[in-house]
This record gives sequence, structure tokens and C-alpha cells, in this order.
Amino acid sequence: MGESITFWVLAIVSVIAALGLVFSRRAVYSALMLGVVMLSLAVLYAVQDAPFLAAVQIIVYTGAVMMLFLFVLMLVGVDSSDSLVETIRGQRFWAIVGGVGFAVLLGLGIGNAVVGSPKGLAAATQAGNVPSLAQLIFTRHVFAFEVTSALLITAALGAMVLAHRERTEAKPTQKDLSRQRFVTFGRTGKNPAPLPGPGTYARHNAIDMPALLPDGSVSPLSVNRYIARYEESQGILSPEVAQVLEQEEAALRANGHSTPTVAEEARDGGPDTEPMDEDGVVAVPVVRPRGESVRESLSEEDGK
Amino acid sequence: MTTHYLVLSALLFAIGGVGVLVRRNAIVVFMCVELMLNACNLAFVTFARQNGNLDGQLIAFFVMIVAAAEVVIGLAIIVTIFRTRRSASVDDASLLKY
Amino acid sequence: MEPAEIIQHSGGAIGAAWLMIALPLVGAAVLLLGGRRTDKFGHLLGVLMAVASFVVAALSFAQLLGFAPGERRRGIELYDFIPGLAKVGLLVDPLSISFCLLITFVGSLIHIYSIGYMAHDPNRRRFFAYLNLFVAAMLLLVLADNYVALFVGWEGVGLASYLLIGFWQHKPSAATAAKKAFIVNRVGDFGLLIGIFTIFATFHTLAFNDVLANASKASSGTLTAIGLLLLVGACGKSAQLPLQSWLLDAMEGPTPVSALIHAATMVTAGVYLIVRSGPIFQGAETAQLVVTIVGVATLLAGAIIGTAKDDIKKALAGSTMSQIGYMVLAAGIGPAGYAFAIAHLITHGFFKADMFLGAGSVMHAMNDEVDMRKYGALRKVMPLTFVTFLIGYLAIIGFPLLSGYFTKDGIIETAMEHNAVLGWLAVLGAGITGFYMSRLVFMTFFGTKRWEPTAHPHESPAVMTWPLIILSVGAIGLGAFLVLGNRFMTFLSPAVGAPEEMPSFHPFSLTGLVTLALVAVGAAFAWVKYGRAEVPAVAPRGSFLTAFARRDLYGDALNEALFMRPGQWLTRLAVFFDNRGVDGLVNGLAAGIGGTSGRLRRVQTGFVRSYALSIFLGAAILAGAWLVVGNL
Repeated sequence: MGESITFWVLAIVSVIAALGLVFSRRAVYSALMLGVVMLSLAVLYAVQDAPFLAAVQIIVYTGAVMMLFLFVLMLVGVDSSDSLVETIRGQRFWAIVGGVGFAVLLGLGIGNAVVGSPKGLAAATQAGNVPSLAQLIFTRHVFAFEVTSALLITAALGAMVLAHRERTEAKPTQKDLSRQRFVTFGRTGKNPAPLPGPGTYARHNAIDMPALLPDGSVSPLSVNRYIARYEESQGILSPEVAQVLEQEEAALRANGHSTPTVAEEARDGGPDTEPMDEDGVVAVPVVRPRGESVRESLSEEDGK
Repeated sequence: MTTHYLVLSALLFAIGGVGVLVRRNAIVVFMCVELMLNACNLAFVTFARQNGNLDGQLIAFFVMIVAAAEVVIGLAIIVTIFRTRRSASVDDASLLKY
Repeated sequence: MEPAEIIQHSGGAIGAAWLMIALPLVGAAVLLLGGRRTDKFGHLLGVLMAVASFVVAALSFAQLLGFAPGERRRGIELYDFIPGLAKVGLLVDPLSISFCLLITFVGSLIHIYSIGYMAHDPNRRRFFAYLNLFVAAMLLLVLADNYVALFVGWEGVGLASYLLIGFWQHKPSAATAAKKAFIVNRVGDFGLLIGIFTIFATFHTLAFNDVLANASKASSGTLTAIGLLLLVGACGKSAQLPLQSWLLDAMEGPTPVSALIHAATMVTAGVYLIVRSGPIFQGAETAQLVVTIVGVATLLAGAIIGTAKDDIKKALAGSTMSQIGYMVLAAGIGPAGYAFAIAHLITHGFFKADMFLGAGSVMHAMNDEVDMRKYGALRKVMPLTFVTFLIGYLAIIGFPLLSGYFTKDGIIETAMEHNAVLGWLAVLGAGITGFYMSRLVFMTFFGTKRWEPTAHPHESPAVMTWPLIILSVGAIGLGAFLVLGNRFMTFLSPAVGAPEEMPSFHPFSLTGLVTLALVAVGAAFAWVKYGRAEVPAVAPRGSFLTAFARRDLYGDALNEALFMRPGQWLTRLAVFFDNRGVDGLVNGLAAGIGGTSGRLRRVQTGFVRSYALSIFLGAAILAGAWLVVGNL
């Protein structure tokens, strides 16, 4: 009776979770649904006199495999979501026909394969489930077991080989980078030195405080464009910073786009500055879901 | 009672199969494959109980090992493909055709 | 009287008879392989080899005369050619030695003549090489003691004739004529080859000795078949109807070649084959009848063609056809005719070589002009040529006491005894001969000058006239020497047998007188038409008979309509069938498979999920099948 209740509850849960796995748009949800199914199955194993497998199921599947899935998902783009538009004609229809047909036929087939009440494993596991399994593994199936170890090692090696990225040129050294910076400086006049941190000579050591030059004026290099925009929109922009921005815009209008702007400089390793739009004009920061701007290309959107 | 387990196993297997066929995200497809493997394992465990024989559990154990290895390699392949094509859609990797 | 047994022989000149073949063959090999290095002495080497071959032949003849008549068939074994099938050996008997003497003697004279005739040809060395090859092949043909070696010589003659007729291969007409001769000869050779196969199937041997001695044991049907097949071969080589068409075109070769082919060698091969295979023909009356009919038909056809030709060489070619027809007629009659056939062959060899070389001398003088309508009145300019040619002419028309008179009359008399119809037709042929040969002589040497403005005729050099003189001597006396007292028949009888009753020569027999009268009428008609009257420079259209004769009795047209056109149709049909039928099937199959796969490959979308779907559906079907089968 207890088993029946367990079974029905877990069966319903696992089927719903499996359907969720298939039909949820977000890959992360799918992964979580898979976790639910696996845990349910672990319980079902335990109910069916397989405590060892239940443990292994939780440790290996729910622990290791699911972790791996999630890890890769994060790597590839956790926020990607599947388009539900089917591009292959007839694929979805035939998949569902096949799925239903398969489920019915398989259910009929193996449902009828069982005759009589289960024998139970009491006789086979007199020494306990784990020792009995261990005995089988290390006696009758020892060769297969050893082969699986070879398989696992091969898989580990294979994963390393596949994931390894070959470097095709020498890694630039500190010297190279430094030389490159000064070459750029000579050609374009771009500041080779690190940008001043915010708050230098400032009254507060905060990121929204521009650095002050020794004469007390604002250093244009240190103005964080995003924060400046934000403050401007909120009407709390300090007059010194506003003045700097105005001067800059005037210089921009006079020279076109040729002079390197603060924004461009800020992009190259400036302190805590967000990337700016291409043309260097200080733009209102677009509010996007976090990660989207970078991960955009990683998504599964069709037509890429 | 074991019949119910088997039908559940068949159901999960079919759902996994449909998932493989309709999803395009390679990682999700892979998860569906794992679902199918788990469904099989459930059937094995059930048969072990039905027949009073530990072999079913043993095979399920081996299936888990193989599945672990498979996941490692499969995900590595997905990462590699993603690295070169910036896409994890199985439909994008369709160069090997007429 | 039956032929004598063959006696194995070694030593002496006869033992060295193989030298007769080997010497010219070596000459040909040296000249052909030596290339331009031998240009300077090539013609001399060629003549030397031919003359040396004649010397061997003459010595062998002398040695042969030393034996008693019944022991004059000497066999010489050389080596096993095809073990168990053909031992190669030579057979020196009165028949073959007669041929050898004719071939080597006339051949040597033609060689000598060619020194002068071909003096200005840059390829004279090659010409002599081919001449030597020709002589060697012909000697192998007549000296062989079995049909295989004979066939080798037979084919060698065909090859050499091809090379010589097409010697001026830069002329398309010469190249075509050479091919024509070769192809028509192939038809005859095919018959001969099948004949030889039949002989082997019947007698299980190919040696003359065994075959001919056992000929009477075979059924007459088999012998008739063999005889007719051999006749086909003989027709091809001897230009008898219906394989005569190559001979007239063969005049494209240099004139000495024409003389060699017509007088001494090639065309006599057929007569030789028939006479040599005499016992086979004697056992098959039908075959003999066909041989005589072919002979008479060719005799008349050649004569008719000769009357209409304005080309001096073609007129002579027609006369050759006609004369060979006489020989074949005689050869078909049997032992009574053999001696006359061979005797006529020998005398004809002399006077025809004489006339051909004479014609060559005329052409040489007239810038290689061959149209007799542009000759005329040459007798004064070229007296030596004229006199020798006149002797040859008188000999061929059968002027009393000259060679042709004896030998041709012998044939006509024998034919008359054998079958009156054949005899009278032969007489008619003699009359026509009288007309066309007279026409030729009158148009060339008499009448008025009709030369081209550029022609400056002159007598030929001594190297060319001396052979003419020697040949004309033979043309005068050889006939009387051979026929009177049945000298030649007696000599030949050990080889070919002889009739029970030796014929006696009646100078004033009815047939002879009628023949003479007809010849005289023909000559007189020719004088009226071409001697006394002016010969028009352009040939008049003439009656349909003239056209008929000018077109070689429509022989070429017949060949074209019967063989060439249907052959072309057949070829086109085969090509059409190949293109549309065979290629169509193959290409259609390929296109069908290609098209089907072109459509089928669309199934390969490259989408993994499509493949997975098909696998999944397949698995579902399998599960269903398993369920159905499991519940049965």
C-alpha cells in the first residue's frame, strides 16, 4: 500500500517533470526538470529493493551529471531560450505520432511481458544489497567492470582533447603589450598610462566621484559615462562634471570624430567603466537583462 | 505492481524520444537522451525485482557508468561545436547533406 | 599417265633450291633494313640477287634434266613448320622449275629494265627491295611442297603487290588501287584458306604428295567443294571473273611492276594452283566445268575491255585478263590442257613482259603519258622499242610460227576437243585479240603525230632496250620450241600427268585456219579504223557497247551496288543500333539511376533530427512488429 502511494505520487511527478523537460523554453528549467525526474527515479529504485542504485543515481546523475549539464549550460548561455517555431516540415507531427505510438506499443509490449507476482530480491540479496552486487561485479562481471574503467579514462581524455583550445601564436608578454601601448600612443596620441582611479584628490572615494587634478579641476579621464548619464537624467549631475562633458562635446563637434574621446580611452582598461557604443558618443545606457548584451550571440535564436 | 513501473518506464522513454526529436538546443536534446537512459534503467531495476535476480540492477549500474562517460564526451563535443559556430542548435550543424 | 612419285633429294643445285627464295629475300631485307645507306648500290644488289636466283634455278634445271623422266620430282625437306601439321619442304619438279625459270629470268630482266626506268625516282632502292620481296614470295609459292607454305608465299605475293601498286603512294589513285588489289585478293585468299582447311579436314595432311595421291579416295562432293574454293583463291590472284576488278586499277603502279605482276608472277599463281591441284579437279567434274566457264568468260571479258581502253597500260591489262582466261580454260580441261596452259603461261610471260616494258619505254619517252590518243607515229622515233613491241604483238595475236601461235592454238584445239562451245568462244576471243592488239599498235606506232607539245620522244637507254630484245627473242621462238614434238608436255608429264594420247600439231587444221582468219579480220578492222583513219584526240562517245567496255563491263559498279552500298548501310545500321540501342540502353540506365538518386539525395537533409525521427519511427514499427509476431 505504501509502495503504491509512493509509486503513484512519483509517477505523476516524474511524468509531469519529463513533459516539463521537453516543453519548457528555457534550458535551465529543462535541466531542473530532469533533476526532478532523476530524484523521483532514485526513490523508485529504493522502493524496488535497489538502495545502492538509488544512491548511485543521486550521486552520479543528480550530482555529477546534472552539475556538468548546468556547467555547460552556463558556459553556453544560461539565459538562452528555444524558439518554439518548428523549421523542419512535419517533424513535430511525426515526432508526436512516433512518440505516442511508441509509448502505446512499448507499454503494451513490456506491460504484458510480466507474468505473475514479482519474486522479490530477498533470496538474491541475503548478504545485503551492496555486498551481493559487489560480489557479482567483482566475480562474474569483473572484466566488464575493468573495461568500464578504461572507458571512463578514455572519456576523460577525450573530453580534454575536445575542449582543449590550441594556441596558434605566442602569448604576448608584458613587454610586448607595453611596446604596443606606446606605438599606439605615438600614432594616435592615446594615453598609454593607466587611467586615474575615481576619487583621486576627491572628497569621497566613490565611483561616481570624478578624479581631481592637482589644480582642483575635474579630470575628464576619470568621468564614468554611465554614471554621468544616470546622474544627468536624475538631475543630480555635479556642475564640474557637466562642464567637462560640455567641453568634450564642443571639441567633438569641432574635430569630428578624429580625436580620441574619453569614452574610447575609457574602454581600454579604464577603471570600472562599462563598454560604450561604437561611435564614441556618450549614449544613454540601455537597460538590458544582465548578460544578454554579451551572450547575445550565444543564444539559440534561429537565423544566426 | 511491476507492470506499472514498466509502463511508467515506457512513458518516460517515449517522452524522452519526442524531446530528442522536437528540441533544437543540443544540451536539451542531450538531457532528453539521459531521460531515455533513465527510463531504461527503471525497466532494468523493475525486471530485477520481478525475476528475483540482481543482473538487472547490475546492468543499470553499467548503464550509469556508460551514461556518465557519454555525457562527458557529448558535452565536450557541444562545447567544441559551440566554440566554432557560436551556436548550440543541432539544426545549424547540417553541412553533411546533399 | 599418272604423275610420278616424289623422291627425297639432297645435294647439288636442287638441294640448294632454297637459295632461290633466300637470295631475293635477303636482298629485300638488306635494302629495307639498310635504309638510305644502301641507296647507292640498292638497285645493283636487287639485280644481283634476282640474277643469282636465276642462276640457282638454271643449275637446278640442269641437274633435274640429268635424272630419268620418272625421277624428276625431287622433294627437299627443310624443317618442321607446324609440328604434326606442316613440314616445310620444297618440291622441285618440272612444273615448279618451269615457273622458277620464268619468274627468275623474266624477273631479272625486269629488274635490269627498272634500273633505267626508275633512274630518277628518289625511292629506287625501296622499289628494288619490294621487287626482290615479290620474287621471293612468288618462288616460295611455286616451290612449296605443301599448301601452308604455298599460302605463305601466296600472302607474300599479295603483300608485295600491295606495296608495289601503291609505290607512288603520294597519288591518291595509286593508294586506292593498292588497297583495292589487297582487299579483292583477301576475298580470294579467304576462299583459298577455307579450301585448305577443307583439305586438312578431309586428308589430315597438307603436303601435296599425300593429298594429291589420295585425292581419288575422297568423295566427289568433297572434291568439288575443295576445287571450287581453290578456284575462288585462283580467281582472286589471277584476276578472273568475278574478282577481276583489281587488275585494271593495278596499273597505277610503276610499269615494271605491271610487267612483273602480269607476265612473270602474281597472275600466274592461280593457274599454278589449279594445275598443281590437278588430281583434285580431275575428281570433280563440276569444279572443272566451272573452271573452264570462268576461263572463257574472263577471256572474253578481258578482250572486250581491251578494245575500248585508250590507256595503253589498261589495254594491255585487259589483254592479260584475256590471256590468263585462256590458261585457266586450259587448266580446267585437265591433263590434256595442263601443258598448253603452262606453255602459254611461259610464252605469255615473255611477250607480255616484252610489251609491258615496251609500253613503259614509250611512256618513258612521252613524259609518262598513257593515253594512246596522244601517241602516234612513234615507230620512227623509237625503232628498237617498235620492233620488239611488234614481235610481242604478233606473238600474242598468234601470228604463224611465233610463240603465241603454237601455245594459244594448242589451247583452242584442246578446248575444241573438250567442248565445242568453249572452243568456238575461245576462237572468238582470239579474233577480238587480233582487233584490240592491232588497235593498240596502230594507235601507238602508226598514223600521225598526236603528241603533246611538250613531248620529245626518244629511244630508251640500252639498259631498258636490251631486256626488250631478249624478251622478244623468247617471244619469237619459245612457242615452237615448247610445243613442237610435244617437248614441253613430255617434260611436264611426270609432274602433272599427261593424256593417254599425245596431241599432234596440225599446222592447217580447220580450227587453226578459222582462228587465223578471224584474227586477220580483226586486225584489218583495226587498220581501217585506227591505222588508216585519223584517230580523234578525244575519245568519241561511242555506242553503249563501247561505254560498257570502257566501264570494265560495269564490274566496279556491280561490286559497288552489291557489296559496297549494302556494306555501308549495314555499317550505318550497326552504328545507329549502337548509338541508339546499346548506348541508349546503357545511357538510359545510367541517366535513370542518376535522376533517381538526384531526387533521392534530397532525403539527406543534413538535419540530425530528421535522421533521428526515421530511427525512432523505425524503432516504433519494430516494436509493433514484435508485438504482432509475439502475439500470433
